[in-house]
Amino acid sequence: MEQVAFYILSSIIIISSLFMITRKNPVHSILWMLLTFFSAAGIFIQLNADFIAAIQVIVYAGAILVLFLFVVMLLNPKTHGFVAVPFRNIIGVVVVFVVVLEILMALGSMSIHGKYGNITPEKLEALGSVKLFGTELFTNYLVPFEIASILLLIAMIGAIVLAMKK
Amino acid sequence: MSLEHYLVLSAIVFGIGMIGVLIQRNLILMFMSIELMLVAVNINLVAFSKYLHTMVGQVFVVFIMCVAAAEAAVGLALILSFYRNKETINVDEINILRG
Repeated sequence: MEQVAFYILSSIIIISSLFMITRKNPVHSILWMLLTFFSAAGIFIQLNADFIAAIQVIVYAGAILVLFLFVVMLLNPKTHGFVAVPFRNIIGVVVVFVVVLEILMALGSMSIHGKYGNITPEKLEALGSVKLFGTELFTNYLVPFEIASILLLIAMIGAIVLAMKK
Repeated sequence: MSLEHYLVLSAIVFGIGMIGVLIQRNLILMFMSIELMLVAVNINLVAFSKYLHTMVGQVFVVFIMCVAAAEAAVGLALILSFYRNKETINVDEINILRG
């Protein structure tokens, strides 16, 4: 059952992201990207990361994609797709194939040397992943959390300043 | 499911995002491909976080999402102000810095 769900979700992710990068109309590729993000949220649920799956849907599919959609509708860009220089496309695809092959070969000879943590499956079952995640975030990672909020504030001010008419 | 399944999936998605960055000529679509690569990185981090019995990976995913949101906001504002000045977002026509 778990395997069937994994293979369905991952094939949806791969197919819809392939569609995303090959559509000519930007609105179509944004909609394909929405499907990709929802299936990624499914993968996160499979990996016991409930909170990550929720903010994947809320932040990525809810906020960032709407921002992209807004800008596409605002600009109405006359895109030529990716047919302009086919030779350069072939070079790009070959480069990426080499990189992915290198990653897969490295995976083949991989052994994990990391230190195992204290979140055992029994503890996960008893407390729930969201509670454990919140405990970790607000005890050991409190200062980075606050710095992240300052980063978001600066990005907001920067976006307003950049998009403002002179 | 073993860890390798998730790592292979994330490598493939990362590669597709990279193809998108390399072959797209539209600035907005290049940006979206970068978001796709970030999603692949998130899958990788969460998979390791599950198999090493720790929560640190998920915490880092939250920070990555925060940075991605900031990047999307600033980048789209830049694209907007560029389009206002030059009437194009095709990467081939953005060459005013080329000497």
